[in-house]
Amino acid sequence: MSEPLIELRNLKKVYAVPGGEVVALDGVSLKILRGEIYGIIGMSGAGKSTLIRCINRLDQPTDGAILIDGENMLSMRGNDLVRMRRRVSMIFQQFNLLMQKTVARNVRYPLEIAGVPKHRANARVKELLQIVGLEDKVDAYPAQLSGGQRQRVAIARALASDPQVLLCDEATSALDPMTTQSILALLKDINERLGITVVLITHEMAVIRQICTRVAILDGGRIAEEGTVDDVFVHTRSAAGKRLFGILPENDADEQLKVPALRIVFDGGRENRPIIAELVRKCGVDVNILSANIRRIGGKPYGQMLIGMPEDAEVRDKIMKFLLGEGLTVKEVWPQ
Amino acid sequence: MKWDILWEALGETVYMTVPSTLIAYALGLPLGVLLVITRKGGIKPLPTFNTVLGAVVNFLRSIPFIILLAMLFPVTRIVMGKAIGTQSIIFPLTVSAFPYVARMVEGSFSEVDGGIIEAAQSMGSTTLQIIRKVLIPEALPSLINGFAICMTTILAYTAMASAAGGGGLGSLAIIKGLNLRKFDIMYAASVILVILVQVITMLGAYFTRKFDHRIR
Repeated sequence: MSEPLIELRNLKKVYAVPGGEVVALDGVSLKILRGEIYGIIGMSGAGKSTLIRCINRLDQPTDGAILIDGENMLSMRGNDLVRMRRRVSMIFQQFNLLMQKTVARNVRYPLEIAGVPKHRANARVKELLQIVGLEDKVDAYPAQLSGGQRQRVAIARALASDPQVLLCDEATSALDPMTTQSILALLKDINERLGITVVLITHEMAVIRQICTRVAILDGGRIAEEGTVDDVFVHTRSAAGKRLFGILPENDADEQLKVPALRIVFDGGRENRPIIAELVRKCGVDVNILSANIRRIGGKPYGQMLIGMPEDAEVRDKIMKFLLGEGLTVKEVWPQ
Repeated sequence: MKWDILWEALGETVYMTVPSTLIAYALGLPLGVLLVITRKGGIKPLPTFNTVLGAVVNFLRSIPFIILLAMLFPVTRIVMGKAIGTQSIIFPLTVSAFPYVARMVEGSFSEVDGGIIEAAQSMGSTTLQIIRKVLIPEALPSLINGFAICMTTILAYTAMASAAGGGGLGSLAIIKGLNLRKFDIMYAASVILVILVQVITMLGAYFTRKFDHRIR
């Protein structure tokens, strides 16, 4: 549980684009331990997809080193790379199933290409479909399945080669919240029961919180911070992390704003008290909650809330005074 | 009597079309695969090779069939034994069609979702395994559709067989029908050609749908 299975050393990836270069990864170093579920989180464009695709060389890093079980992934060619890829499976946001093949044939594909005899492959397919709970869909085609079922087929297929590592490239981002839950539960189950190391990238912190043991925050192609999930969530140090967890003002909510509002920021700095109820009671004002995005981490509230700004300047001042008196950060926000 | 020559001509047309299409595919299919896998971003990128191959294919494709037919006379004589006649025309038809087939096949393969190919790569597939087990099966419906289109195109080219002493419905319509002013034969031959094209198109559409599991 403590030795690194995957080690990235100063990984760089530079894309040539018309009129210049884009640095997608700017010196990423990471150690992913055997048997853990490691999450990499970042905004879109942070380089997380490039990072995970470099691990199995779907993308070619410009510089650096990738060691998997001590073997250098970047010096591998031809057969060595093929052999290594069979030990490092991957699932995708868009599932990427063979659309002209049945569920069984999809799951059997990795066994076919590895030359496993047919009867043994078929028995294994049955076993794998049991693990993901799709025994009854053996002869269905992917087009007949729901998104969640498709991802289950993809997971069964990824497990067929008995991999050491499962890479998940935004594996739940195309799924609804309920289905996301069940897929995450399945991934955790696979990690625990089969001892497969899971590396996942996501832009949703809920995913990280739910199943990851450790997390890295990627921002602008660099690791902004890294650590155990509890530690990173409770003692967020980096600006990127604070932005991700809604501790600093998020711009998303502002963009949809139609009326003037007050933004209240909860940064976990005080104990858990019913602030809004007190505000209503003590100031005798009506509070219109426009949006709220608050998470309890270690029993403390993190996040922000937008409430409608009263037209009456006097009432507004009263509210501001109360909230500031409570030690909260309050800002006026205007529709853009 | 009239029906006899129509039946005979129909037989000749089929005799020219089917082997030409099959041989054109035997050459064009691998060429189409090469065009797809060696292009930039393909599974075996060889940009220079791809550019040269593409240029050769385009060059062959841009020569009008009737001119190619004449240009190839000496080669046809060597390959087929003689330069003219129904059987000999299979050679120029094939030469004219296979670059077209290659582009058609290339188009079908390009439609295959890149994500599926990446998934296959991530599972440790060799290039050959991707071609055999991913590209071709995934593109199958589109390949069938392309096959039907190529066959109707080759069928249309057989009408020019009369220029090289070949038979078939086209020759019948031009030589007996037009030149000898037997317009009923010309129309009858044309109608049969139209029906043939319809049948091929319908069969193509039927099998395209039958083999496409993305639907429903």
